[in-house]
Amino acid sequence: MSRTPASRRPGPAGGSGPTPYRKPVPIFWWLRRRAYLVFVLRELSGVFIAWFVVFLLLMAGAIAEGSDAYEQFRDWSGQWSVVLLNVIALLFVLLHTLTWFGLAPRAMAVRLRGRRVRPGPIVATHYLLWALLTAAVAWLILKG
Amino acid sequence: MPASHDVVVIGGGGAGLRAAIAIAETDPRLNVAIISKVYPMRSHTVSAEGGAAAVAGADDSLDEHTYDTVSGGDWLCDQDAVEAFVQEAPRELLRLEHWGCPWSRQADGRIAVRAFGGMKKMRTWFAADKTGFHLLHTLFQTALSYRDIVRYDEWFVSTLLVDDGKVRGVVAIELASGRVETITANAVVMSTGGCGRVYPFTTNASIKTGDGMALAYRAGAPLKDMEFVQYHPTGLPFTGILITEAARAEGGRLLNKDGYRYLQDYDLGKPEPVPVARSMELGPRDRLSQAFVHELDKGRTTPTPHGPVVHLDLRHLGAELIDSKLPFVRELCLKYQNLDPVTELIPVRPVVHYMMGGIHTDIHGATGLDGLYAAGEVACVSINGANRLGSNSLPELLVFGARAGRAAAEYAAATAGTGPGAAVVAQARDEQRRLERLVAHHAEGRERIADIRTAMQDTMESGAGIYRDRESLAKAAETLLHLRERYGRAAVGDHSRTFNTDLIALLELGCMLDVSTSIVHSALSRGESRGAHQRTDFPARDDERYLAHSLIHHEPDGTGRVEYLPVTITRWAPGERVYGRQ
Amino acid sequence: MPENDRITLRVARYRPEQEMEPTWQSYEVPLRKEWTVLDGLNHVKDHLDGTLSYRWSCRMGICGSCGMTVNGEPQLTCSAFLTDFAPGPVRVEPLANFPVVRDLVVEIDDFMNKLTEVKPWIIRAEDKPLDEGEFPQTPEEMDAYKQYSMCINCMLCYAACPVYALDPDFVGPAAIALAQRYNLDSRDEGSADRRDVLSSAAGVWACTLVGECTTACPKGVDPAGAIQRYKLTAATRSLKDLLWPWGQR
Repeated sequence: MSRTPASRRPGPAGGSGPTPYRKPVPIFWWLRRRAYLVFVLRELSGVFIAWFVVFLLLMAGAIAEGSDAYEQFRDWSGQWSVVLLNVIALLFVLLHTLTWFGLAPRAMAVRLRGRRVRPGPIVATHYLLWALLTAAVAWLILKG
Repeated sequence: MPASHDVVVIGGGGAGLRAAIAIAETDPRLNVAIISKVYPMRSHTVSAEGGAAAVAGADDSLDEHTYDTVSGGDWLCDQDAVEAFVQEAPRELLRLEHWGCPWSRQADGRIAVRAFGGMKKMRTWFAADKTGFHLLHTLFQTALSYRDIVRYDEWFVSTLLVDDGKVRGVVAIELASGRVETITANAVVMSTGGCGRVYPFTTNASIKTGDGMALAYRAGAPLKDMEFVQYHPTGLPFTGILITEAARAEGGRLLNKDGYRYLQDYDLGKPEPVPVARSMELGPRDRLSQAFVHELDKGRTTPTPHGPVVHLDLRHLGAELIDSKLPFVRELCLKYQNLDPVTELIPVRPVVHYMMGGIHTDIHGATGLDGLYAAGEVACVSINGANRLGSNSLPELLVFGARAGRAAAEYAAATAGTGPGAAVVAQARDEQRRLERLVAHHAEGRERIADIRTAMQDTMESGAGIYRDRESLAKAAETLLHLRERYGRAAVGDHSRTFNTDLIALLELGCMLDVSTSIVHSALSRGESRGAHQRTDFPARDDERYLAHSLIHHEPDGTGRVEYLPVTITRWAPGERVYGRQ
Repeated sequence: MPENDRITLRVARYRPEQEMEPTWQSYEVPLRKEWTVLDGLNHVKDHLDGTLSYRWSCRMGICGSCGMTVNGEPQLTCSAFLTDFAPGPVRVEPLANFPVVRDLVVEIDDFMNKLTEVKPWIIRAEDKPLDEGEFPQTPEEMDAYKQYSMCINCMLCYAACPVYALDPDFVGPAAIALAQRYNLDSRDEGSADRRDVLSSAAGVWACTLVGECTTACPKGVDPAGAIQRYKLTAATRSLKDLLWPWGQR
């Protein structure tokens, strides 16, 4: 069916009446409710995720250059400001993880014996897998 | 230059959308437009709940559906029309299934059917209890795939343009801008629905103001069987919101204030623990609503601040059945009545629901005016006679929407190339001026639109309700004449062009006054009781004189001239309406 | 509740022929137990001020006309009861995130266009003839899409969505839910036709799971869930295309 946008309403050409009012978005709109605040925090988290990537690249570069460079890198990353930055970045990454795990049951329609699996078990499975993976990685690192 | 289309469909509900699709499929070269005063998916088809009847099972037959419909309509149905209807209904519902309608299913994946009032067999297809909603959205979304159909959303048609007995287009107001435009067409399909809002207590949405009936009537097309107004037996008090007949089909019981299934006292059968077809709570709507009035007279109803009620009992059905088959009933009761039908009784009372009458059409949807077609509740074919059976209206708007669309397409193709004459252009100019003068004139008015409307609604309820007589009707006719005078002094306080709902309310009230007058005059003229038209001064059916449709023609003074047209009988001679006994 | 109780409606007015931006107007209406905000507005329209414009129709929560912002929340005014806002005043504004045409009426042409873009109709490689009967569909198969078919296009989800507020190109919750309604219907074969629009930058990926659309939805449609499910579908699809580029599309 043909569309009827304001600029292209059907019928003969002619004025479509006065312009509708568009309410400007207030600067602090995102403080109005928790969901909006968390939304903006998630948007903001992109900056910190990018920082994590840069940090990893720097580390990889330092390792490639040899032990001196790596020692330098370690000293630099031990500064309280860099640690603080990384702690904040970690919190944002956690926020992301919790968000994505939280929406997993809505993204996945898992069926077992004809019935849709309830959200609880799906979320629990995600956390369980996370814990197992973390444990596996920790074992790999710590055993050496 | 006015806008021009081959066919213009007025109204974007079930019938209008079905007609538009039929036109596009009949002849893809035709330029089709839908003009609707609301966005199509807001149309009142959306509120239909219970289902759509069409023969489905091996134990059923077209003849049985025809017989149920004809006897339900107290033999005022045109039987050739009913036969065409029952024959085409199954394919139309199936087509809707192919278009994606989520019909409720049996466990093996086939379409499920349920019982319904006045139907001997289970043949009512349903989508839980939101059948109209799913039907409308399926039609609308399917219509979106026909990209050549032009839509005029939120345009109000103020008049039909007629030249030399032929309809040649419309004049319409775009709500958003207030501009008035001429839209010409070789054929017009009217599908604007009913007029429940002429009564004070109705299931109908606020948009059901009989605009299409009034437009056609004023343009010279007669209205048929307008005295037959259906009261649905189960509306919620105060709001008038419908509690679907499906609630009774699933086993709901009607109880008076003593908890007694009172329908057994009105020749509707004996109470049984499970629903029996064409018996008790599954009797026809006219008889059930009349039984309520008798209970009221006997003092066996329960008084409430919003009028006397009886109760609908669903408690024995259990939460599981209610949630799967009647979820909307539960939702509506919880929200608007603050009660849970799983554990509590639902207060209900009869409520104006449907117009059996409408613009007179033949079985192709053609009206008394060349180039004008009508389908759906606005039309009277007639398959509903003196009382429509529940779940016949949805298939009706599909079957006759499609038929009217095809007929209009053929007519438009045959008359293509004949542009509007000078008379049409002049008429359109006159209408533009009339609308401008109307705004100026009513700016000076002193009478409140709502006051006149309320007075009209109360007049209709007291004068032309479930039971009427000469005296009540004559008085109503007189009051309506007086209200028309007051209408001339109605005030429109809003003088702006942008989305002027005050002006639209005025135009709608004008339509309702014409329609209500036609109802009262048709009812005065019919000296018998049949179906939904019960005259206490003529309590019996009179086949000698009135086995005929009333046709009312518009008179310039606001009254109407009534003629009669014999009913078409094919195979079912008029007989007694038998419910609840063999 | 005493008969003569009253409540104040603070209504946003916008008359484009007279003023540049909205103003507030207060009306006092009876406070009755059965009355919704819509009943209050109708009282204003009928008895106090005929110039107030708003949309309404079915007054039973199914036509989707009467969505407005009531005390800051997007709601169907036919389902919002005045007593829940007592002692008032009740703030009534047009739906957020849409251009205001007049008073409480907003322009929804943008949604109507997007709805068409996601192709919300059954698409099949070959039509099945009517003579072959219905497409069998078990109740379980129907359950897969039924929830998304309950959308009444009331626009509350768009009014609640901050992504739509910031990026008007976002296809939006209802349109995506309706696309999924058809994608998940066992009768449909059109998911490939809907993929370009849905997996574009303005499609599902614009959504960052605020979830307010689902909170606002009066019909339990869960558009947020529909969007997340499509993200998984689109991601899986991309991965498959990457690993198996010669596979059937």
